[in-house]
Amino acid sequence: MWIYLKPALLGLITLFAALAANFARDLSYQVHAIIILAVAGALFVWSVRRIDEPAPVPDQTAYMDDVIRAGVIATAFWGAVGFLAGTWIAFQLAFPQLNFEFLQGIGNFGRLRPLHTSAVIFAFGGNALICTSFYIVQRTSAARLWGGNLAWFVFWGYQLFIVLAATGYLLGGTQSKEYAEPEWYVDLWLTLVWVAYLAVFLGTLIKRKEPHIYVANWFLLSFIVTVAMLHVVNNLSIPVSIWGSKSVQVFAGVQDAMTQWWYGHNAVGFFLTAGFLGMMYYFVPKQAERPVYSYKLSIIHFWALIFLYIWAGPHHLHYTALPDWASTLGMVFSVILWMPSWGGMINGLMTLSGAWDKLRTDPVIRMMVVSIGFYGMSTFEGPMMSIRAVNSLSHYTDWTIGHVHSGALGWNGMITFGCLYFLVPRLWNRERLYSLSLVNWHFWLATIGIVLYAASMWVTGIMEGLMWREVDAQGFLVNSFADTVAAKFPMYVVRALGGVLFLAGALIMCYNLWMTVKAQPAKAAVMAPAE
Amino acid sequence: MNYHILREIADSWVLLLLFAFFIGCVIWAFRPGSRETHRDTSNIPFRNEDRPAPDKREELPAQETRS
Repeated sequence: MWIYLKPALLGLITLFAALAANFARDLSYQVHAIIILAVAGALFVWSVRRIDEPAPVPDQTAYMDDVIRAGVIATAFWGAVGFLAGTWIAFQLAFPQLNFEFLQGIGNFGRLRPLHTSAVIFAFGGNALICTSFYIVQRTSAARLWGGNLAWFVFWGYQLFIVLAATGYLLGGTQSKEYAEPEWYVDLWLTLVWVAYLAVFLGTLIKRKEPHIYVANWFLLSFIVTVAMLHVVNNLSIPVSIWGSKSVQVFAGVQDAMTQWWYGHNAVGFFLTAGFLGMMYYFVPKQAERPVYSYKLSIIHFWALIFLYIWAGPHHLHYTALPDWASTLGMVFSVILWMPSWGGMINGLMTLSGAWDKLRTDPVIRMMVVSIGFYGMSTFEGPMMSIRAVNSLSHYTDWTIGHVHSGALGWNGMITFGCLYFLVPRLWNRERLYSLSLVNWHFWLATIGIVLYAASMWVTGIMEGLMWREVDAQGFLVNSFADTVAAKFPMYVVRALGGVLFLAGALIMCYNLWMTVKAQPAKAAVMAPAE
Repeated sequence: MNYHILREIADSWVLLLLFAFFIGCVIWAFRPGSRETHRDTSNIPFRNEDRPAPDKREELPAQETRS
């Protein structure tokens, strides 16, 4: 039935996309319609040609690893794209001439900045989460992925979401909500993909052969469920026309701001924290070859994090129209959140107790340990910055950007690199990585890059916070905004150089992983699945 | 049913309920006999690395032919 329904459905989508491309009211919508037209049209032809082919029967006694291999490639690729975009816009901030005149409206900082944030968070981080969660849930459930090709739908559907989001930003299709910029139809598509993701993950958990659900899956499941909830509520909007990308938010004013930062902070809390903690709870024990330090602590870590994180959002709206009680609530919960965060950090670090010597010999575990270190550092810095008095200095300054990057580059980036180094030899059935000394190079380039980034942003952030609040004896402000911009120049250059180092490390990783697959001999005796 | 009633319920009974649930989770983690369960569960990553665990039904005839 489905085999006939699928081409019919794809044909209808193609037809609708053709109409949409014709009636489009704005450029971003039109380009998206053409992209969808091309994708759906190609899939239509492909599915019609295969209509009488016998469907391949998947081997139920093997794990479904091909989709994970694709995810690993996508993670490395989008990582390089996202870091490149970030480094480029860092130079644009330092040297405004790089906002070229002929690229105005497409390639200037304002258009590229959401491209960078979404590329690193959702494309790099999201692909890392999807592929590692598929790897983890199969191994810890001792069961093949549920839903057959649904996992492939999740993978390709998510790539389509990324392409639509990125092209939309460049062409001005945005609803101006930070980290939730894509317009209504892209949001609907992501909802569909995400529900499929949840179904694959839950289905695999339900048919598990292990009696217990390993703690990494708890974190990953909470990440999937919460992101679904956040995404749907924050993107409640009514499109102006079905032929245009513009939509109007259902919430307005301070309610909209609060919903946005409830979403924004929990995107950090559940996308970039809970999901990546799931990775930590699987890959750190695997790489250290010993079980997690305390399973009890991991359970308490999980429940405490879940109960506390959801309340911390208002700290993004100190000294605004938000009621005082809400901002105090957000601040208090942010400070309490420090405890479970450090509980998790201690649990991850102490997993190495008795195996600390591995730090000397294994650069991959060193990467993971540094990432947990950065997790601890940024989960201390965050609660501190959420305190209203500190926030009055730090808010709207580059300190915030430094904080985000020590978390994102240090914690999310480094743990993902560690996981990629772990996964590639196993997924492609290779004896070992191509070069450990290249991993070392990556490690040091990335670490020094982050240190340059975070340190320069601390200096410039605190400097500009102090400059903004400086008043003379008569009570007049001493500095204009442009004075702070001029004073920040050297730090902006240092920050951009930090980005160059981090990007260089990531490119070395891509080369190393490529050569691992290309040049290393396959493991003997086991048949390598052909790619 | 308006915002204020919801607010009253939220910061009294629901707060108590959520807090009790959390404390319950902690107590449950420390229940007697949990140590063995947790030791077994924390070793899950070190099993079934290469392929799924076989179904019980498939396993039985294989054992019969072996004996």
